[in-house]
Amino acid sequence: MTQAAPTAPCRLQINGEDYDADLPPSVTLLDLLRERLGLTGTKKGCDHGQCGACTVLVDGRRVKSCLMLAVSLPDAQVTTIEGLSRKGRLHPMQQAFIDFDAFQCGYCTPGQILSAVALLEEGHIRSREEIREFMSGNLCRCGAYNGIIDAVEHVVAQRQRDEAGEAA
Amino acid sequence: MNVVSANIGQSVPRIDGFAKVTGQATYAAEPHPPGLLYGVIVNSLIARGRIEAIHDEAARAVPGVTEVMTHHNRPHTALFEKSYVDGLGVPGSPYRPLHDAEIRFNGQPVAVVFAETFEAAREAAMLIQVDYERWPHNADFDAALHQKYMPSKTRSNYVPPKSRGNASEAYALSPVKIEGRFHLAPEHHNPMEMHATTVIIEEDGALTVWDKTQGPQAVQAYLASALSLSGKKVRVRNPYVGGAFGSGLRAQHNVFLAALGAEMLKRPVRVTLTRPQMFTHVFRPEAVMDIALGADRDGTLQSIIVEGVTDTSRFEHNMENVVVWGLIGYKCPNATADYKIAPRDTYTSSDMRAPGAATGVNLFEMAVDELAWACGMDPLAFRLHNYSEIDAMHNMPLTSNALREALLQGAERFGWNGYPPGPGSLRDGRELIGHGMATGIWDAMFSPTAARARLTSDGRLHIATAASDIGTGTYTILAQTASEAFGIPIDRIDIELGDSTLPECPTEGGSWTAASAGAAVWLACQSLREKFLKALAKSENTPERIKQSEVTLTEGELHGVRDGSREVFSLQEALSFIGEASIEAEETAKPGLRDKISEMRKARFTHSAVFCEVRVDEELGIVRVTRLVNAVAAGRIMNPKTAASQVRGAMVMATGMALHEESLMDERYGRFMNHNFSEYHIPSHADIPEMDVLFVDEKDEEVSPLGIKGVGEIGMCGTAAAIANAIFHATGKRYRTLPIIPGA
Repeated sequence: MTQAAPTAPCRLQINGEDYDADLPPSVTLLDLLRERLGLTGTKKGCDHGQCGACTVLVDGRRVKSCLMLAVSLPDAQVTTIEGLSRKGRLHPMQQAFIDFDAFQCGYCTPGQILSAVALLEEGHIRSREEIREFMSGNLCRCGAYNGIIDAVEHVVAQRQRDEAGEAA
Repeated sequence: MNVVSANIGQSVPRIDGFAKVTGQATYAAEPHPPGLLYGVIVNSLIARGRIEAIHDEAARAVPGVTEVMTHHNRPHTALFEKSYVDGLGVPGSPYRPLHDAEIRFNGQPVAVVFAETFEAAREAAMLIQVDYERWPHNADFDAALHQKYMPSKTRSNYVPPKSRGNASEAYALSPVKIEGRFHLAPEHHNPMEMHATTVIIEEDGALTVWDKTQGPQAVQAYLASALSLSGKKVRVRNPYVGGAFGSGLRAQHNVFLAALGAEMLKRPVRVTLTRPQMFTHVFRPEAVMDIALGADRDGTLQSIIVEGVTDTSRFEHNMENVVVWGLIGYKCPNATADYKIAPRDTYTSSDMRAPGAATGVNLFEMAVDELAWACGMDPLAFRLHNYSEIDAMHNMPLTSNALREALLQGAERFGWNGYPPGPGSLRDGRELIGHGMATGIWDAMFSPTAARARLTSDGRLHIATAASDIGTGTYTILAQTASEAFGIPIDRIDIELGDSTLPECPTEGGSWTAASAGAAVWLACQSLREKFLKALAKSENTPERIKQSEVTLTEGELHGVRDGSREVFSLQEALSFIGEASIEAEETAKPGLRDKISEMRKARFTHSAVFCEVRVDEELGIVRVTRLVNAVAAGRIMNPKTAASQVRGAMVMATGMALHEESLMDERYGRFMNHNFSEYHIPSHADIPEMDVLFVDEKDEEVSPLGIKGVGEIGMCGTAAAIANAIFHATGKRYRTLPIIPGA
């Protein structure tokens, strides 16, 4: 008879909801989301931190969820693609991805969008070159890169207009 | 009412966009039936030999492990080899997963560990020990070239080269000539979604198989045959496919093993490959092409000699159309070509985006550039002087050919100003600047396809066909087609794809889906429209005043015009007159007699002209592509927005072919060793400049029912050559191997 695997407590807030369970320590944040919570919007593209498909926000920062052990993030706030749109209203980045045809197969898309949302806060958005450089951790095999940069640039400009409007 | 019409030819945003940007689109590894078991594959560590023993005690002791499936304990599968032949029909002896103890290639599955959790299956898989009897193998391409051969049975789509004139004599007599061996490294498709299968067992015992494939009906037929599941219902679904680029043309071993595991354990099963395991199956074959070209001093092409070899496995004869493209596309009086395949102990190479042409067109266009420079001629002028208006190899006219317009419009957009200054003459600081160009060509194909259109009492139009949208925009262009053909706004259309139970559609590939499924949807909608209007005219419940009107269907409403006055009904009302909850029509688009005659008399191709600027760091050899322009002549463009994305995507992959992508063989083990995204570099954001795609006007009513040629592959063809040719112009140095790494 086999014994149960050892577990450790895991306490997180995912898209604003509390998650509290005992998990084997080998469960990555990515596999927790996809296989145990049914949040399959976060994608697995390499499981090695090399492709960016699994990008989520942890306490507002973009991280590769395949490189995070779920039990190692006590009380962290996790935002996945499912938590980005509010009450069925798309985040401006999601809308821009549709408008600028910034995806084809859609598999890298949630990771690209969350990476781009974090990029706005990081501020590496002063030129297309800079956006390209700081989005390079998110691979897209369909080659939708031009559209993605267009979408990010559009949201940046939109925000700058909004901020200028508020200041005025 | 203010409705957005969404007809063919408009840049409609993708209708699957909302699902994809919100994470709601469900891919193969994502359904989660209760009681799901996770399967992790254990791979062979040798290239050739026999399994002597599999030690699985430690794996079985891992908590949560339910079974270790090997060739010893697997359930019964089909007895005969021919039952394992899949839709692609590569001649030879198909690989049968877990069939027996024989190892045919490194990475071959030798066991599958099933467990209650993914973590347990992964851990246990690492504990499996296998004893092998090792046999000698060869995985070295250069050594395999000595065993090159032409199989007695060729692949069905193989185009044998046809010689004309006397190429060797003309070559000897040509005052200007070049010759050389050109080489392409093997490449892996590497879609972002790894190959995966989830098998669900329905209440009646039927299997619903979610698989990453380009052909749900092909996988359905393969499973039924290979697993001897006759009598049991199998349904294959793939509504969303995270890229494939040809890797989903064949049924991959994950689907076979997942279904086999579900049969064995009577439980739902998920098998997902790891990224390194994505390097244990299909890849674009390694290739060499020996090319010799001769011309007159005025740049008139006089001789083409091409000998090409691509690799295959020891057990199947994979072939590509590599050597014919120059003979088809250039009006050279003397031309000859020869093609062979070379066997090595790996898995069988297979089709990857623009198979044959991505290799053959790019390498040939690099040679053409060498000849143009040897003639002292502007490479663009050389193409304009020598390209053929017809299929020069078969001496057949084309249904259309706007290559000249593509060359001229592309040159204008790029700012190609005649004969460029000599190589190495443009510089900006420590960067050398180079301009290069090439032409591209790809088949324009059409395959018989069926589609169903159904109008329901809520006034919505439902379209169904077993096509696959692998990111190609198929959902969207079929909605546009239905919108125009039936006369209904696009937001009242539902498109159902990716299900083997839907009307018959060939496996997605070869850029034929838009033309084929598009034609089927058009026919089904036209047929439904007629049926609907006829039923209205016949029904007793239809008011007389409508029957006496001239009735049309437009923007999802029924318009009756009589004596200059117009009356408008909703489709819901109209359906209620007929007294049916829904009405449907199914049609198959297939070539008619006239089309068949046309196919015998005329060849069908898509063309392109690619222009490129590169900057090469003189000291470090780092190449940056700074500008790319692609002028594409592809008949009717369904949706300029998604079509341009398709072409750009292929140009990105071609940039990888030119500069980055190379699967490196460790000959000692017969294993591709750079099997991850860190060591196999696919282009990233920082590698890719703005890419300008323009579509040249090309009206062609003969090529396919809707005048469509398809755009999925043409962007691969010529782009890598344009980059290579620009690197020559920047550096003055010729590279004949792709990828080009000048600093190395």
